[in-house]
Amino acid sequence: MAGPIDLDHVTSLEREARSRYSHRALVCSSTACLSAGASGVRATLESDLEASDRSGDVQVVASGCPGLCSRGPLVRVESRGREPTLYEHVDETAASTIAQQHLIEDQDRAEVSVIEPSLPFYAKQVKVVLRNAGLIDPDRLEDYVAAGGYRALSTALRTMTPAQVIDEVDASGLRGRGGAGYPTARKWRLLHDAVADPGQPKYVIANGDEGDPGAYMDRTIMDSDPHRVLEGLSLAAYATGASKGYLYVRAEYPLAIERLERAIRSAKRAKLLGRNVLGSDFALDVEIRVGAGAFVCGEETALMASIEGRRGLPELRPPYPTERGLWQQPTMINNVETLANIPAIIGDGAAAFAAIGTPESRGTKVFALAGSLENTGLIEVPMGISLREIVFDMGGGIPDGRTFKAAQTGGPSGGCIPERFLDSPVDYEHLQELGSMMGSGGLVVMDDSVSMPEVARFYMEFCRDESCGKCAPCRVGTVKMFDFLDRICRGDGRPRDLWHLESLCKTVRATSLCGLGQSAPNPVFSTLDHFREEYVELLREESLAAPAPDGVVDRGSLPTWGDDA
Amino acid sequence: MTDTTDAGRSTGASPVPDRPRLRMATAWLGGCSGCHMSFLDLDEWLFDLADRADIVFGPLADIKEFPADVDLTLVEGAVTNTDNLELAQAIRANTRVVVSFGDCAVTGNITALRNGMGAPDAMLQRVYVEHPDLAGVLPTEVVPELLPTAQPLHELITVDVYLPGCPPSAQRIRTALIALLDAMAAGEPLPRQWRAPEDLTFGN
Amino acid sequence: MNLTPPRPSGPRPNVPVILDGEEVMAFDGESILDLARRLGTPIPTLCYLDGLSVHGGCRLCVVEVNGDSRLPLACATPVTSEMEIRTDTSSLRDHRRRVVELLFAEGNHVCASCVSSGACELQDLAADSNVDHIHYALEFPRIDVDASHPKYVLDRERCVLCTRCVRVCDEVEGAHVWDIAQRGNRSTLVAELGKPWGEASSCTWCGKCVLVCPTGALSFKGRSTGEMRHDPDIVAFLASARDEGEWIDREEPSP
Ligand SMILES: Cc1cc2nc3c(=O)[nH]c(=O)nc-3n(C[C@H](O)[C@H](O)[C@H](O)COP(=O)(O)O)c2cc1C
Ligand code: SF4
Ligand code: SF4
Ligand code: SF4
Ligand code: SF4
Ligand code: FES
Ligand code: FES
Repeated sequence: MAGPIDLDHVTSLEREARSRYSHRALVCSSTACLSAGASGVRATLESDLEASDRSGDVQVVASGCPGLCSRGPLVRVESRGREPTLYEHVDETAASTIAQQHLIEDQDRAEVSVIEPSLPFYAKQVKVVLRNAGLIDPDRLEDYVAAGGYRALSTALRTMTPAQVIDEVDASGLRGRGGAGYPTARKWRLLHDAVADPGQPKYVIANGDEGDPGAYMDRTIMDSDPHRVLEGLSLAAYATGASKGYLYVRAEYPLAIERLERAIRSAKRAKLLGRNVLGSDFALDVEIRVGAGAFVCGEETALMASIEGRRGLPELRPPYPTERGLWQQPTMINNVETLANIPAIIGDGAAAFAAIGTPESRGTKVFALAGSLENTGLIEVPMGISLREIVFDMGGGIPDGRTFKAAQTGGPSGGCIPERFLDSPVDYEHLQELGSMMGSGGLVVMDDSVSMPEVARFYMEFCRDESCGKCAPCRVGTVKMFDFLDRICRGDGRPRDLWHLESLCKTVRATSLCGLGQSAPNPVFSTLDHFREEYVELLREESLAAPAPDGVVDRGSLPTWGDDA
Repeated sequence: MTDTTDAGRSTGASPVPDRPRLRMATAWLGGCSGCHMSFLDLDEWLFDLADRADIVFGPLADIKEFPADVDLTLVEGAVTNTDNLELAQAIRANTRVVVSFGDCAVTGNITALRNGMGAPDAMLQRVYVEHPDLAGVLPTEVVPELLPTAQPLHELITVDVYLPGCPPSAQRIRTALIALLDAMAAGEPLPRQWRAPEDLTFGN
Repeated sequence: MNLTPPRPSGPRPNVPVILDGEEVMAFDGESILDLARRLGTPIPTLCYLDGLSVHGGCRLCVVEVNGDSRLPLACATPVTSEMEIRTDTSSLRDHRRRVVELLFAEGNHVCASCVSSGACELQDLAADSNVDHIHYALEFPRIDVDASHPKYVLDRERCVLCTRCVRVCDEVEGAHVWDIAQRGNRSTLVAELGKPWGEASSCTWCGKCVLVCPTGALSFKGRSTGEMRHDPDIVAFLASARDEGEWIDREEPSP
């Protein structure tokens, strides 16, 4: 059996191989570009090169996502001795042009539209977790290693005790990116100090459920740089004494699952996972669990129930997972983006990481920028950047001559930030002060044509459909809050409906069992705080007619399995 | 002050000569009239009531239009057809204190059992066509059109007081009426738990 | 997996706490609910039942502790030293009343034609929390009644999804006939993954689920309006009898 991978050797082999090519063409093969036709683009490049005599000089790579998904498919060409070029909206014709002019005839640029690196969308980004996204082939371990991958794990295993790893994470100030912003090192320490039953492992779990509507930060991290997630999980396991890891990924992410599976296989082969990792005593077995796409399964106790093969229902805490988690053993759940920060923190040192961001919110945050903007896509920004910079510089402002109205962060658990707070820094504390939250990183910009009660209704509909039904206030409360919002949006709401909506929101927030119900009223509270007049305008004195029965909930026939969409 | 143990017996709600007489109404929407029967079970106490209030509208008084300036209206039954809706709206427009009288008015109760069957057509079909005892045709004349669903009164108009029960017992009706009539005659606000929800103070 | 309820230990109560403004002594590890019940302080409950695991779904037993905005469950939270517990503030009353109203809004509670009317825990909760009407639009859902069992009836229109039946059948009878299918407001009680109850071969006809049901959802066949009497306390008796090995005679409830 082969020994563990020699990281430096692999890196130099990889460099040598790459130096033989004069061009390296990276075709984004992440989800958005694939659906925009990236496979055809890559096939065209390859066959055009095949037909020429230059195919030995050009390396064509299926890469991860460079972020500006709305302008995809994107093709990045790195040519020896020149600045890289990023081509946008590349269809098969454009691909042929690139192949002919740039790759075969070796011109500086093909006559295809390019994205300048000076574009604020890119220039303002600070890349930590996405530093490899779009620059490497996610399916090749060698690419990750050549980009500096697994050095942090190797350093930690050789030179650091688990406690030192935790101290380093502590010094970095990293907080959980899954929504609540709990200090990561504090959670790690709890698991480190917890003791499993004799003969039982402790567990670490990467939470890649990402159920927020419109969010795809974690998906991109997983499908563009899967080894980074594995390395982060391994470091977490080493630091906490866990020997079994799970990657919990929703079934809607087939590409991420496929790439993670391949990454696990190659990491095992290279002895980066399994027994005696890199020749040390550290052992970690990692498995993927595919979630059936219920939002609530992102909640940590429901997620563990789902891994155990039970219904994904949240459970009462305490006991917290670090005391009693998977199969009653101490368990820690971290978000995928949280874990993807770890290799950088251990590799570059806590100080480098802590230098980014604000004192309370260190590092960067990945956002899925969407809505009424010129540029939408995935961005990684330093914490503390202002909303205005994100919307107007990076996002390029509001198209079609419309004006900015509000930015929604935190998805169904978050809120809407109105124009007058555009200069607020984007970090955990400020967003919370404004009645929103960081959440997992959805950021939707709305222009003046958007009705805020309708925004609240949209998110409430989502919560209503995703409520697990275990506790009464959320199971029924989300239905009734939706009904009030719907009635108001239809122009049939009475003043007392608004009053009942608000009081019900308070009860659901105060009495629900898990975070889904507790935060479901947030979009209502925040739109009422900032845009109350829009609700009031829609009210009328008395209702005019009885509601039609089309809203009848049909629980009449016994469920048919598999249609619980 | 009053004996509330037996509905039939005459009580202390005796007429006070210098108090203004109140104008009272009852109305029968989508219900079985059981609540009105229970009201009639008040027996002799109805004489005491008559000393204090005039019944200006109701199934017990043959008047077509709902009158103006009514102090108190007991509304029996759910709002299930267009006639019910119009009457409910007329009641609200002309009444100071509207009482949702009995479970059908308060929750929809028996009248609303049809809601689970979907659109009214399905129920009409079931009752008039599939039912073996009847002629097998849908009624087209005289009967008012059904609303999409039968609803509790407060879903369509603002209600001030709720008097649940199927039917509310005569004793419960009497207790409520005495308290209401006393409060209204004295010009006092309604007893606290009876005020419209907007006026309740909620903590938190 | 549900939690086992907090259990008191020690020979005498020696944990000082403040319950509704009064200094009292609690047993170490005792739940807030047990403490309150021992001292005669009422806290409304619906899903909790002595002898079964803690479900924590009805949320009616929320209390205030140390003025915190998080409201712990009395049924699931062990008392700790120096806790300052409030069981009956105006905001707690409001929250509870709204949750009770939501439970009514969710089903078809036509008490006038219900086997349990007059002896129903949901009705009692409504009366105790001053519910005289439901502020929220009633759902009027369409739900099947399952009358396929020879001895019992399941009327889902009256089920409040408290899972007492699920737990007693699983934890005490060991049959696990029941579970909840679907999610959110489509959650439904089903026997054997969706079979008619009468065809569920795992049912031993023990009747425990019927006895513990707080509403008219589970009843003995043939009962008419207001004729059904449940006996949820049987579980505490069975649990202690099982644990202590003592099967002392128990007073039967009056029919
Ligand atoms: C309804 C609900 C859904 C959630 N969904 C996710 C999710 O999709 N991904 C995630 O990482 N965390 C999610 N969380 C938060 C997790 O419970 C947990 O706090 C998080 O994974 C911890 O990771 P962190 O400390 O790295 O942030 C969700 C929480 C709730 C209440
Ligand atoms: S709050 Fe909603 S999602 Fe969470 S346990 Fe309760 S019903 Fe389920
Ligand atoms: S279960 Fe209780 S509340 Fe529901 S209809 Fe029956 S008696 Fe009424
Ligand atoms: S009768 Fe007994 S075995 Fe059958 S479902 Fe009820 S509790 Fe389970
Ligand atoms: S049938 Fe009864 S015991 Fe079972 S969940 Fe419904 S209400 Fe609870
Ligand atoms: S998927 Fe290609 S740029 Fe994001
Ligand atoms: S009794 Fe405590 S949650 Fe139901």
